Amino acid sequence: MSLNRREFIKAAGLAGIGGSACLLGERAQASEARSPSPDAMGVLVDIPKCIGCRRCEYACQEAAGFDPPPIETFEDKSVFEQARRPQPRSHTVINRYANPQDQANPVYNKFNCMHCVDPACVSACLVSALSKQEDGPVVYDVSRCMGCRYCLVACPFEIPTYDYDMPLKPQVRKCNLCAHLVPEVQDVPACVKICPQEVLTYGKRSELLELAHEKIVTAPDVYIDHVYGEHEAGGASWLYLSSVPFDQVGFKHFDHKAPPRLTEKIQHAEFKYFLPPLMWFGLLGAAMWLTKPESGGTSHE
Amino acid sequence: MSEHHEPLPVERKLLTPGVYVLLLLTFIGVCFAAWRFIFGLSSVTNLDQQHPWGLWIAFDVATGVALAAGGFTAGALAHIFHREHYHAIVRPALLTAMLGYTFVGIGLMADLGRYYNIWHPAMPWMWSPNSALFEVGMCVMLYLTVLYLEFAPIVCERFQKYDKRFALLTNLSDRVYPILNKIMPLLIIAGVVLSCAHQSSLGNLMVLVPSKMHPLWSTPIMTILFLLSAIAVGFPMVIFEGMYAAWSLKLKPEMHILSKLAKYIPVLLGAYLGFKIGDMAIRGSYVYLGEGSTQSTMFIIEMVFGVIVPFVMLLSARVRNSPGWLFLASLLVVLGVALNRINVFLVAFMPLYPVKSYFPAIGEIAVTIGLVSLLMFLYRVVVTYFPVITHPGKVRAA
Ligand code: SF4
Ligand code: SF4
Repeated sequence: MSLNRREFIKAAGLAGIGGSACLLGERAQASEARSPSPDAMGVLVDIPKCIGCRRCEYACQEAAGFDPPPIETFEDKSVFEQARRPQPRSHTVINRYANPQDQANPVYNKFNCMHCVDPACVSACLVSALSKQEDGPVVYDVSRCMGCRYCLVACPFEIPTYDYDMPLKPQVRKCNLCAHLVPEVQDVPACVKICPQEVLTYGKRSELLELAHEKIVTAPDVYIDHVYGEHEAGGASWLYLSSVPFDQVGFKHFDHKAPPRLTEKIQHAEFKYFLPPLMWFGLLGAAMWLTKPESGGTSHE
Repeated sequence: MSEHHEPLPVERKLLTPGVYVLLLLTFIGVCFAAWRFIFGLSSVTNLDQQHPWGLWIAFDVATGVALAAGGFTAGALAHIFHREHYHAIVRPALLTAMLGYTFVGIGLMADLGRYYNIWHPAMPWMWSPNSALFEVGMCVMLYLTVLYLEFAPIVCERFQKYDKRFALLTNLSDRVYPILNKIMPLLIIAGVVLSCAHQSSLGNLMVLVPSKMHPLWSTPIMTILFLLSAIAVGFPMVIFEGMYAAWSLKLKPEMHILSKLAKYIPVLLGAYLGFKIGDMAIRGSYVYLGEGSTQSTMFIIEMVFGVIVPFVMLLSARVRNSPGWLFLASLLVVLGVALNRINVFLVAFMPLYPVKSYFPAIGEIAVTIGLVSLLMFLYRVVVTYFPVITHPGKVRAA
C-alpha cells in the first residue's frame, strides 16, 4: 500500500497546531506579579548578632505545641557539626558556619519558612490548603490537605516537611509565623520574643526593609550590601542581613521573579474561563463532521 | 456503519501459568501496600524531606498517564478523522487507557498522605485554578468518567450478544446502548480535549521548580514537550500491547493495520524530537550533554534509544512491515517516553539541601510491579469475556 500523504499532513498538522496554540496562548496572557501587601508583617534577621544559643528552636517547638525537652538541652553545641534542615517537629533550625573574617567567631544562620510574598507552595497546592494571609504569614489548613506533597517539591527554599511516619493523619509541617498566637495571644512570634540578642526584629515588611538598608549604610564595614529576601524568588517576609556573602551561610541564589509567575501564566493560557478547552472541543467537532465519509460506509482511503 | 470484522470475546482459558505469575506479583505488591497503609509512607518508601516524590509519582502516575495516551490518539484517528480502517485498534486502546487511568488513581492513593481526601479537588470550595496539579487532578477525574462511559457499550454488547443468562442485564443493556451510542461523539471529543489538557499540565508541574531541576530538562515549554511526547507514544503503545496481547493469547497480530498505523509514528515522534532539539538549541542546554553526570547520561539514553533510534527505524517500510522489528521499535518509543517521565520527576530533580540521594525502596518497586501485574491480569480478564479484540482468524467475509 502506498504512503497516504493526506494522513501524514493531517497528523503532522495536529501536532503543529497543538504546539503553536500553546505558544500563542502563553504569550497572549499577562500575569501580574503579586506585590507585597502594605500590611504584611515580617522579621529582619541580623545574622552577625546571633550567638547560636538555639533558644528560638526551643520557643518554636513550644509554640507549635510539641512539648520540647528542657531548654538546657538546647545548649548542646554538637548539633552544629552538621548543617541541619527544618524537621516536622522543629520548624526552625540554627546552623553554624565558618567566618572567613574571624576564625574564632563562627556565624550562625536561622532557617525557617520565608513567608514568601508570592509563595510557590501556595501556587502549587491544588486544594488551597496553603494560603498567604494579607498580614504576612503563609498558613496551612490541614482539613483541606490531601498529602500530595507538591508544596514540598515546589518550595524554592526547601522548607515544608512531611510526617512520613504517620499512617493516618500526616501533616505538612512548617513555620506559620505564629499566626495562631499573633496578635491575639502575644505581640510577636515565639522566636522573636525569646531571642536574648535582639537578632530578630518583627515589624511591617516595608519598615524592616528601610531599617535594613539604613543599617547597611551606617555600618558598611559590618554588613554586605545585600538584603536577602528583598527580591529572592519574588521576595519574602523574612529578611536577612549578613557580614559574609549569603552563599557562605547556607543560602542559595535565586532569580528575582517568583516561580509561580511563569507556571500560572501557562496554566491560565491553557484553561482561562474554560475557553481554550471549549475552543478545542468545537474545532475537533468540526473536524469530525468535515472528514466524515459521505456514504456513511467504511472508507478505505 | 457496517463492519467487516467485529471484536469478539477471546474465549481462551484464563488461568494459564503466566497468569499465576501475575497474580503472585500482585499479591506481593498488595502486601507491601497494606504495610504502607498500616505503618505509614516511611515504612515502605525511601522518600525523605528533600525527595517528596518518588517512584510512585514518577512511574505509577506520570508514566501511567503518558502510556495511556493510546486511548485518545486512537479514538481521534478512527472517530474524529474517520480513518475507519483503524477501528480494530480502538477498543484495545480504550481498554488500556481505562485500566491505565484506574491504576493511576490507585497508585496515587498509595502515595497520598491523606488518600481519603482524594476527592477534594472536585469540590468547588477547594478549587485552586493557579495550580497545574489542580488541572491534572480535575482532568484525570473527568477523563476517567469519560473512559468508563466510552467502554460501557462494550459491556452492553456482552449481555446483548454473547451472554443472555442474566435477563435483567440484557434488558438494561438494550436500553442504555442506544443512549450511549448517541452521546459517543461528544464523549470521544471530550476525551481528546481532556487528554491534551492534562497531558500538557503534567509537564507544567516541574516548571515551578527551576532551581531544583537539571538544566537539560528544565524548560518553560515542558507543557508542549509532554503533550507531544504523549501523542507520539500513543500509537507505539497500541502496537506494542496489540502485538504482546496477540502473542500471549496465541492470536495472529493484525499486521495489516499495525504497519499502516506505524507510518504516523515518525511524523509524531519527529515533531517531538524537533521541539526537543529546538529547545536545547535555544536554551543552550547542550553544553551539559558532556557533563558525564548521571543526569547527562540518562538524558542521552532517553534521547538516543527512546527517540532517535526508533524514529530512524520506523522511517523504513521494512521495519514497519516486520512484526519483530515493529515490536522492537514501538517498545523503544514506549520505554523512551517512560524514561523521560522518570527522568523529569526523579533524575532531573536535584534538591538544594540533599541529605542522601533517592533510589526507590524494594517496597516501592514491589507495589509498582504489583500494580502493573494486576493491570495485565485485568486486561486479560476483560478481553476474555468482552468483545474487545478483533481476531483476524475470525474475520467475516465482507
Ligand atoms: S519559604 Fe517555602 S514554604 Fe515558606 S512561603 Fe515560601 S514557598 Fe512557602
Ligand atoms: S501536601 Fe497538602 S498542602 Fe501540600 S500541596 Fe498537597 S494538598 Fe496542598
